[in-house]
Amino acid sequence: MSVTSPTPAGRVRKDTTEGGASARRRRRRTTGLDRAVVAVMVGVPTALVILLVWLPAFGSVLLGFARWEGIGGLDTIQWIGLENYRNIFTIYPPFYPALQNNLIWLLFIFFVPTLLGIFLAVLLDRELRGGRLYQTAFFLPVVLSLALTGFIWQLLYSRDQGLVNAIAGTEIDWYGNPDVNLWAILVATGWKHVGYVMLLYLAGLKAVDPSLREAAAMDGSGEVSTFFRIILPVMAPINIIVLVVTFIDSLRAFDIVWVVNKGRNGLELIAALVTQNVVGEASRIGFGSALATIMLLISSLFVAVYLKVVMGGRK
Amino acid sequence: MPRFGSRDEYLANIVPPSVAATAGLRRRAFLKGTFAAGAAIGFPSLLAGCGDEGGTVDGGGGGGGTVTWGTNESGTTFAQQHQAEAKDFESKNDGIKVKINAVEHNTFQENINNYLQGSPDDVFTWFAGYRMRFFAERGLIGDVSDVWPLEGIPDSFKEASTGNDGKQYFVPQSYYPWAVFHRKSVFQKNGYEQPKTLDEMTALAKQMQKDGLVPFAFADKDGWPAMGTFDVLNMRINGFDYHINLMAGEEAWDSAEVKGVFDMWRSLLPYHQSDPLGRTWQEAAQALQKRQAGMYLLGTFMNEQFPENERGDIDFFTFPEIDPAIGAGAIDAPIDGNCMSARPKNEEGAKTFLKYLASPDALAAAVKATKLPFISAHENADQSVYTDLQKKSAELVGQAENIAQFLDRDTRPDFASTVIIPAFQEFIKNPDDIDGLTKSIEEQKQSIFAG
Repeated sequence: MSVTSPTPAGRVRKDTTEGGASARRRRRRTTGLDRAVVAVMVGVPTALVILLVWLPAFGSVLLGFARWEGIGGLDTIQWIGLENYRNIFTIYPPFYPALQNNLIWLLFIFFVPTLLGIFLAVLLDRELRGGRLYQTAFFLPVVLSLALTGFIWQLLYSRDQGLVNAIAGTEIDWYGNPDVNLWAILVATGWKHVGYVMLLYLAGLKAVDPSLREAAAMDGSGEVSTFFRIILPVMAPINIIVLVVTFIDSLRAFDIVWVVNKGRNGLELIAALVTQNVVGEASRIGFGSALATIMLLISSLFVAVYLKVVMGGRK
Repeated sequence: MPRFGSRDEYLANIVPPSVAATAGLRRRAFLKGTFAAGAAIGFPSLLAGCGDEGGTVDGGGGGGGTVTWGTNESGTTFAQQHQAEAKDFESKNDGIKVKINAVEHNTFQENINNYLQGSPDDVFTWFAGYRMRFFAERGLIGDVSDVWPLEGIPDSFKEASTGNDGKQYFVPQSYYPWAVFHRKSVFQKNGYEQPKTLDEMTALAKQMQKDGLVPFAFADKDGWPAMGTFDVLNMRINGFDYHINLMAGEEAWDSAEVKGVFDMWRSLLPYHQSDPLGRTWQEAAQALQKRQAGMYLLGTFMNEQFPENERGDIDFFTFPEIDPAIGAGAIDAPIDGNCMSARPKNEEGAKTFLKYLASPDALAAAVKATKLPFISAHENADQSVYTDLQKKSAELVGQAENIAQFLDRDTRPDFASTVIIPAFQEFIKNPDDIDGLTKSIEEQKQSIFAG
């Protein structure tokens, strides 16, 4: 074992005393390797991001100005300018309902399941009896696959054979009535989202330094004011993560409505419309790409706001 | 679309059919669909371009070698039938081997674009009608005119196998008609008669309501079953030719003719089961099975929802005539069969195999392996293996003057799924704004058919 401590100062002194030339060569060689490593570490992800994210995204934006069935070579693409956008805004009935539903989705997911999840996390953090059990129960929906979630809620919501109508004695068409089906789906989605937010928040709460609470208690702060004035500000990074998760989940919301009725009849969402138009035989690639571009623009808005908040916080 | 739900039979036995419909099918369709979406966005033609060059090398003279067969059934009874047919064909044609490439039903359908542009199998399962013509016109399906004329295949089927250029691109194998189904026992008990005219049918529907039955079971959660209702009303009111032209985009959807169809449909809606948009066809069929509903307009695959020992109680009649000048001679009877890829590796073998698949031998092999017959497109197929319902189906189709392939097979698939399904669902929710609805359909039709 060497006795000398590997401080830079020590090394420099050693370099200057014995064989400076070889040390310089060694240093130069490391630098070259460093450069190569850095180049690879920056280059490979950049190449991947450009290839897998920016190129397809750029392609989608470009195809939004075209009419193309996805059959034949690129020469079969007809460039039609803004016609897809004109059609989307004027004669495509599902578009405005989809925008509205996405917005409702975002607001609902934020105000109900997200806040509920945070509330549950705070309760569970108080080490209730059987806390582990509750924790597991609330988290279980998160680990279920989406196919299974659709399956479970279909059992509950079926108009003729479902559990909800059987227990309540009602004949509500949960999935078919466009006035209620969005809310029925939001409950199902929220059911998954609550557990997710709860776990994220619980992890954050466990990491909060207990001495902060003790100090607050010493100063005579009550439970509620401790939470809002001490714990919540300390939890800022987790709060942002929860917010971002909520935004992302709401914008890409798609899978559950696709499982239920492919995003039609009251369950229109932009992502579902994109899929309807692009996937399948004889697809409307151009039209679907235009929809995807609109979705990209909306997402960028949130991304910009998010970046501003995060960067602002750093300063 | 889960036109054949037999893969769900097991599930349907233990859980409500609505669940069976969502669980197995949709998940896989959804996953593969998402994958396809990714592929589509990533320039499928670039990917696909790699596959189809230089393939006409092997597969020697005399039809020897191997024929590859892409099928849209995997792990189902139909898949077993395919295997049996392939084996039987091999035993009858020395030297030709058949290699099956089985894909799940919905996945096959949703990926057909990429499949046909990649390296498709020599022979593949597909549908007759516009859905076949669409790909034929784009050079993705091979010309099989020299397989025709096929002995025993009726002219109406040949017409359905013919592309826009007058050549044949399809070889029919089986079909199933759409009709109005009911339980014999319910009709007997209440003294109902099968209606021959619209008036008789309306009177029957009113009588059923008095007797506490829902006259027509109805479901449209999946979007396609209501197309059957529209099709039959359109063919009864405006005739078969109008149906074909309307589907081809040559007639206007906001015409007086189409409005007349919606008007008639609206007047019949009160006799239909309420809240159809949340119900699957399986659940509607069960309403008929449970004697809650008196009649149900659907394809013969409906009988899967009846327990085996009750299937003898199912009977059907063709939708009655509305206009005596037009009659009731046109029906929806989608034909399933096979196509040859545009550049098969073994053309001769593929054509021999196509001929075989349309022959009575294929039916015999399928029945021998699974005891479950399909209705063969061949007139001389052994009908003694058919169930009573199938015999009657064959008779109905035999007597039909015109055979339509069903709305989503007779028109552009993108138009059917992105315009017609939401429009029909909108109509069912709000049947009073026919003018606004038909105008919207026409506008969207023009934007899609303009391509």
